[in-house]
Formats: sequence, structure tokens, C-alpha cells
Amino acid sequence: MSKEDYEVVIGLEVHAELSTKTKIFCSCPTEFGAAPNTHICPICTAMPGTLPVLNEKVVEYAVKAGLATGCSIARDSKNDRKNYFYPDLPKSYQISQFDKPLCEHGEVEIEEEGEKKKIGITRIHIEEDAGKLNHNEFGGGSLVDLNRAGVPLIEIVSEPDMRSSKDAESYLRKIKSILEYIEVSDCKMQEGSLRADVNVSVRKKGSKEFGTRTEMKNMNSFRSIVRAIEYEESRQIEVIEEGGTITQETLRWDDVSGKTFSMRDKEDAQDYRYFPEPDLVAIRLSEEYIENIKNNLPELPESRRARYLEEYKLSEKESKMLTASKYLSNMFEDALTICGNPKAVANWLLSDVSRILNEKEIEPDQIPFTANQLAKMIELIEKGTISSAIGKKVLEELFENPRDPEEIIKEKGWIQISDEGAIKEVVTRILENNPQSIIDYKAGKDRALGFLVGQAMKETKGKANPQMLNKMFLEELNK
Amino acid sequence: MNITKLTVHELKEKLDKKELTVEEIVKAYAQRIEEKEKDVQAFITTLTENAVEKAKEIDDRKAKGETQSPYSGIPIGIKDNICTKGIKTTCASKMLANFIAPYDATVIEKLNQENLISLGKLNMDEFAMGSSTEYSYFKKTRNPWNLNTVPGGSSGGVAAAVAADMVPWALGSDTGGSIRQPASLCGVVGLKPTYGLVSRYGLVAFASSLDQIGPITKDVEDSAILLNMITGHDEKDSTSVELEKKDYTKALKNDVKGLKIGIPKEWYGEGLNEEVKAKLEQAIEKYKELGAIVEECSLDVANYALATYYIVACAEASSNLGRFDGIRYGYRAENYTNLKELFKNSRSEGFGDEVKRRIILGTYVLSSGYYDAYYKKAQQVRTLVKQKFDEAFEKYDVLLTPTSPTVAFEFGAKSNNPLEMYLADICTVSINIAGLPGISLPCGVDSKGMPIGMQLVGNRFSEETILNVAYTYEQATKFREQYKPTFRGGAN
Amino acid sequence: MQVSKEELLHIANLASLKLKEEEIDNYLLNLQDILNFANIVSKAPVENLPETIGANDKYNVFRKDEIQVFEDNELLISNAPEAERNMFKIPKVL
Repeated sequence: MSKEDYEVVIGLEVHAELSTKTKIFCSCPTEFGAAPNTHICPICTAMPGTLPVLNEKVVEYAVKAGLATGCSIARDSKNDRKNYFYPDLPKSYQISQFDKPLCEHGEVEIEEEGEKKKIGITRIHIEEDAGKLNHNEFGGGSLVDLNRAGVPLIEIVSEPDMRSSKDAESYLRKIKSILEYIEVSDCKMQEGSLRADVNVSVRKKGSKEFGTRTEMKNMNSFRSIVRAIEYEESRQIEVIEEGGTITQETLRWDDVSGKTFSMRDKEDAQDYRYFPEPDLVAIRLSEEYIENIKNNLPELPESRRARYLEEYKLSEKESKMLTASKYLSNMFEDALTICGNPKAVANWLLSDVSRILNEKEIEPDQIPFTANQLAKMIELIEKGTISSAIGKKVLEELFENPRDPEEIIKEKGWIQISDEGAIKEVVTRILENNPQSIIDYKAGKDRALGFLVGQAMKETKGKANPQMLNKMFLEELNK
Repeated sequence: MNITKLTVHELKEKLDKKELTVEEIVKAYAQRIEEKEKDVQAFITTLTENAVEKAKEIDDRKAKGETQSPYSGIPIGIKDNICTKGIKTTCASKMLANFIAPYDATVIEKLNQENLISLGKLNMDEFAMGSSTEYSYFKKTRNPWNLNTVPGGSSGGVAAAVAADMVPWALGSDTGGSIRQPASLCGVVGLKPTYGLVSRYGLVAFASSLDQIGPITKDVEDSAILLNMITGHDEKDSTSVELEKKDYTKALKNDVKGLKIGIPKEWYGEGLNEEVKAKLEQAIEKYKELGAIVEECSLDVANYALATYYIVACAEASSNLGRFDGIRYGYRAENYTNLKELFKNSRSEGFGDEVKRRIILGTYVLSSGYYDAYYKKAQQVRTLVKQKFDEAFEKYDVLLTPTSPTVAFEFGAKSNNPLEMYLADICTVSINIAGLPGISLPCGVDSKGMPIGMQLVGNRFSEETILNVAYTYEQATKFREQYKPTFRGGAN
Repeated sequence: MQVSKEELLHIANLASLKLKEEEIDNYLLNLQDILNFANIVSKAPVENLPETIGANDKYNVFRKDEIQVFEDNELLISNAPEAERNMFKIPKVL
């Protein structure tokens, strides 16, 4: 049999850190990037005798996420302890939810090359994040930083409904976009605030039963997820084709070698001994509470997309691409408040900005400049202060060292030459130096005009106003 | 005047009348501790020097006319599983032998607000697991009534210190009888409040759904006074209840006329020492004399409750004690080659046998394949036990039972047979399982002069009722005036 | 239920405990004893009874999402057997 006879089955467990001000069970700040162990207290360091108290926003955010993904919200819910030893887990148990998650039975729609597909969501539950182990570059050993311990997470568990790495990527992008829109998580993958455990199995096409799955934990880039799925798919097929069997296990994806590796020895079969957390009490949500959250849900990508078509007359494709990321979409809307040209803003975002994001392999949430700066740059083009060629250079500058575009062009001397006298001077000089082009033009070779304009632009380092150049060359040539 | 013989309400009276200063009181206790500690071995940490300093300060402030809380300057002892900022909290374990809590338990904050003076941290069974205080890593506390016998446990150091007049009163904790049983064995008063009445924040957890902090005192009035100080809703403990603050001393009416007392007959059956039974029967007669309506009833839950207790308590403990991993605090093994060994060696060397035994049992009943048969079933039995008590309290105001099936036993009598030690808790654990309040108070001594305790159990949040019922008996019998610890024995 | 030595060792491993060879028999005996006793629960008439979860019937106890900084940060590290650069030091972990 060949690879074509198999299909891959993928399920994702997405962990998103919630953007609450404080941790899930104590009042420590959740802010990213603080000095080690400065956002800790007796509770999140599991000092003996301390007790957790649940942050009300965590429940609210999880319910929001549930409603935005079509889940039914549990009226009765509770927390459970998941027991295991690891140095980043101070209590040696993680407070999570086992058999009564807050949200269940949802789905989201993904679209690929125009084909729509529904991915089921098994459940969404709340839990706490673990701390961080740092490699000690000086004295050997590892160092434990508990700033992240107790940061609230939701875990979104999908059904095994994905059949390709593309499906998985689209699904994850969709989840990311929803969470960003409802503002429950900033989903910064590079900071680990969005990450996924990826479950992969293969089976013969047409088979109803699932194959044995392997799991790759804590994946935090789209690229690695896609590569890891593809690698694992091939590896599993190969094992089966060679008559072997797949072992259910946790694997580690190594980005450098592009391979997966087995993580645990078998002696360490996990048994988390879940049981109800006796230090916390039950959660009971009223209809009223749930309705209230439902009625106050922010606009979701679908409805924004429709609005862009209608209100800004953008194309279907443009609307879809813009709304795929809340950051991009917000940047679009914010920029519009300054510069009133939706088409131009959309173009810049979807062509040049997106191209640079791709080159840099970063996500829209990492765009370093503000909507304001982008809008000003577009305005400068519209006012004729700079050419769009200079605009591209300004944009690159905005990515490197974001500041006011006007300042950039002044500093770099990129202001467009629109002074008639100055342009005339350049035109005259170029004509003098290129007599052959005049002959060519007069002989009917229109391309000669383009060459002359190009020469002039080169000479002015792109600063000459191209429309004026064109006009003046024509005037001179037709004399 | 023998200062250390006085109850706290007596001390307060003398302070109010300026017959005593705080310094005199604290010094008297410091001296008493000095004298008796070698026999009783109740303290893990003594703070007497510091206490005398504080006492002087309080006297000075009083002299200047500063208004202070009514019990300002009264000394107290604290069980060593209640966190005290800047002072060692060891849980009587090698694991925490050098642990200094970075914060005060909520009850300690409350005592500080009252300006009470801590005399020190008291001995207990390691992590409150035991019924004799023999499982302390540091020392074996001896029963002041007979130094060859155990003080009970797990709050053995606490009850012994109160009985020996080394502290006027103290705070203990009770997961399955750890306040009431040692109080019974040491002839003092021990109260386990309703679950949720006293904040658990800062009490090093043994079994979260069962643990409560409560007073061990010389008499019932002191119990009510100390309860007043430590109750109240605490935002830091999700299981703490929001109730209007009560003055429990107002409940001490010295009157039980018309009150209905149930005598659950199954608690007086097999396994109950005859002398204990006889004294209980006398107490029942006394209540009849005092005008209470006493009736025999059936409440056949003790065995179910005990089995359930050991399943639930050990399961929760196995998880609660996971945090002792040798990383952030506590004992770390000297030899290890990797992380897993660091965990295993630190825990295996840092915990005593009984603690390990319970962790293993708790891990077992939660593990895959056994959860349903043990833990889940136990949680259902818990519902059953609650229902049975609910039914009983439809008929009765309080239930009267033994606190312990026997008087204090000799060292080593049960420490090598865990199951037998567990059976010592048969009378007390069901009260924790059902989350009810219970008080133990002395009701006589046996032929060898060893104190016998009775337990009064009330419905949830009926501390006022059980305190009054206990108080009325105490006033009618005056145990403290008749019997005193003799500090005999103890040649070993 | 009969507990085997292998099972006991598996449980001890889950609990991060190492039992010495000479202790194993004793632990096994104790565990078996207590489990035999605990089996009483299997005979209790509890059909259709709900499980008790937590010791009281409270629900919806929440905290406001407001930052409170713990002042005595250094006391959170000072009990550590080994610390470096304000972090807890452990053997090297991959």
C-alpha cells in the first residue's frame, strides 16, 4: 500500500492563557516578562497551609469562549485535582476540571479553498498554568521561576475531526482568532500564551476505527505544528507499512532536526488520580448569568467580515484575510479613523505588511508599529509628500524602528520632490545625457519614456514625484 | 495565688481588677514550662523570652491608658501545624524541621488582633496523622495524668500543655478527633467547630474537607471565649461560611431543662471500655437530673464512617502532601543523581512511617481501577452518614457519646499496629465526616485516676447548644475541682 | 482485594516514595489490613446516593480580579534548600 491509502486523524488540545489581571487562585499579577519569582505569593508557591480562591473573571472568560464556539454551558461545574510530580508544579497537583467542565459540545467552522468544514469541540475547561524551568547557564542544574504558576488557562479540546495538517492549522487559526476577538486571551504564541497538544494517528482510508495516537505537547508555532503533523503522519505510515505497531505515547517535536522523539520511559505510566478539589466549592451558573455574557459578547470575525463587504466595499477575499486576525482587523479599523481610505489601508495590510510578516515569520500581534503610524504613512502618499515606492521603504523602517513616518522621511531625506523647477532641472539633465532615448521616442518607441523616468527616479533616489516627471518628460519630448 | 491554675476568664478578671499584671502571668507560665517540660515534652518551639518582652510592653501600654482588647496579654499555645510568620512551623516532621512560614494563618492574625501572647508551638503527631502523638519526629509528649501513657493525638502536645497548666489555653486542629480525643485523654475541654466556621487558611492541610481548627481549654467558658476570637468569614478560605458573628459566651445558660439528648446505642457497644461506659452512664443520669430529656436512639454509622474517614482523609492527604518535594522548602535529601531521585529520596527520608503509610493508602484508593471501589463509594457513604445525622437532629438537640473508647494507653501499645490505632478514632471521625461540631469534656476518672471524656455532638452551626449543654454539666459536676493531673510515673 | 508487591511499588512510585526492601513486607501488610477494613464501605447501603463533594454545600465562592502584591517576596525563597538568582535550584531537567 502507499501513503495515499492512509488518512491522518488529528485532534488538538489548545491551551490559552486568559488575559485576566490576576492569577486564577491568588491575587498575583499575570503580566508577562517580569523578573524571576517577583509575581509570586504564598499561594502560587504552594506554601503549606495556603488555599486557592477562584478568580471570577476566569469563569466569565471561559464561558465567553464556550459561547463563542457554540458550546453548551454547564449549570453545575467543579474543579478537580490532577496529581503528578514536576518541579514546575508547586502543589504537585494542578487544579483543573475533570468530569464537569464549564463548556461542552461546541463546534467551529473552518474553510479551505472554499470548502467549509466543521470541527467539533469536545469541551473547554479552566485550569492553572505551571511555572517555568530555566536552564542555568552558570552553575549547572535548572532554576525554577514560578511567575507563570497559577496563570489561568482554558483548555479547548477538539474532536478528532481534522484530516490534514492544513485542517489543523486552519482550526488553530480559527480558535486563535475567536479568542482574540472576544478578548479573553492575547494568544501570543511566542510568549506561550497559546499552545497546543497535537494528537496524531493514521488509519486506512475508509476505516471506521481510529489508529493508535501519539501526542506532541506544548507546540507553539503554526509552522512546527504543520511540520510535526506531516512528519508524524509519514512516520506512522512507515511503521505500519513495515509491519510494526504504533505505541501510544507522548513525543517531543524537535524543530531543528524536524523529527519527533519519545519522551517518557514506560515505567512511568501516568495515573493522575483526579479527584474533586476539596479546597474549592461548586460552581453553579444561572441562566441569567449566561444570558448576560451572551448578550455582551464582542463582534465575532464572521460578522466583521460581512460588515467589511457591506460598509467598506472590500472584496470577499480581502474581508476574509483582514478579519482572520483580530490584530490585523483592529489595525485596519483604527487606521481608518485617521485616514479615510479603506481600500488603501486594506491593500497595505494585505500586501506589503503581510509580506513582511511572512518573511519575518511573525504573527500580526507582533507588528511593532501602531495603526496611527500606518495611517499617517498612507496619508503622506495620498498628499503626494512621498511616493508609494518611498512608502514601502517607510514601512520597512516602521518594522525596524517604529516612529512617526513624517519624522522618518525627514530624517532620511525622503520627501518627494514636487517642486517644478527642481524637477525641470532633472528632466533637462537626463534628456541631455540620453540623446538616443529622444530619438527612440520620436521613432515611436514608447518604452523610451519609461526608461527616462526610471533614470530620473534613480538620480533622485526615488524622491521625484513620478506623475510630474512623466508629465514634464512628455512636454519636453513633444516639443 | 497559683496563676497557672486559673482559667482565662479568671485571669481576665484579675487583670481587670489589677490584681495581676500581664508580666506576672507570662512569667508564671514561663516558669511552669521550665518546670514541667522535661516531664511532659509538650513544646516543639518555646517563645517564653519573647513573650515576657511582649508582656512588659502590654503592661506599659495599659499603664498609659491605651485601650486594648479585653484579653490583651493573655498567653496561648499553638499547635505546630498552624503557620506563624517568622516562627518555625514544623508539623512535627523532619520534612519541615526548619520551615519558617512566610505568613500568618488567619487564626493567628485574629489572635494578634486580640493581642494574645504566644508561648510557643506545641507537639503533635507528624502532619496531624495519629492518635497518640507518638508519631512526632521530635519527641513523645507524655500525659500529665500518668507520664507512662500517651496524651492522645494528634493534638497531644496541645492537650497535655493545657492539662499541665503550661499554657492557659491553646489552638489545636481536628481532622478525625485530633482535638477531642487528646482533650478526653488529658481531662480538658476540646471543641471541634462545624466545618467552615473557622478559617483553615494557614493550617497545614491534612485532609481539606475534614480539617478544622478549634480551642483546647481548661473549661467550657474559655472554649466559648476562644471560639469567639477565631470564628468569622475569611475570604482566603472558600469553604469558610458567612455567618453573623456570635458571642458564644452568651449561650452558656447553665440550663438544659427540656433539651433533648439522644444516646446512640451503637456507640456504647463492643469495644467500649467498661469503666468509660460506666462514667458515661453517670453523666447521662446527671443530665436527666438537670432536667434534660434523654432518650436512647439508633445511629449505626460509626464503622462506615471510620472506613470512609481513612479513605477520604488519606486520599486528600496523599495529594495535600505532594507539595513537600524538596524544592521550595522543607527537607532535601543529601544524595540524589537526578530530579526523580531528589523527589523520592527527600520524601522518603523526610516523612515518617505513618505519614508514608497514609500517603500510600491515599494514592492507592485514588489510583486507576480502585477509585470507584474506594474513593467514590466512600463519598457516597459520606452522604449516608450525613443523612443519618440529619435524621437524628430532627429528633434531638445534641447527641451524647464517648469521645474515646478507652482512657490514655501506654506508649507503644498501638503504635505498631496502625489499624488498632485507627480504631481509637471510632467515636470521633463520623463528626468530621458529617462536618458537625463536637465538644469533649471530662466526666470523671477511671479506677486508676485517668480522665474519661464524653462527647457532645450538635447539628451544623449549633456550637451554642453544645457549649451550653457542656457548660451546664461542668457547673453541676466541677471536675476540675475534684481531679488534677499527678505527673506520676515517667521513670523511663 | 489482594495487593501485590508490584502494585505497592507502583503506588509508591506514583506517590514519589521509595520503599526500602526490608520495609516492603510491613507496608504491604499494613495496607492490606487497612484495605480489608475499608472494604466495609462496599457493603454500605448507598445505592443511588449522591457523592458528598466538599464538606459543606457552599457554591460560587469567587475572588475579584484585583491585583494584590505579596510584600515579603524574599520569604518565599528563603526556605529553599538551594536557590540561585531568586530562583529555586534543582538538578538539570531537559
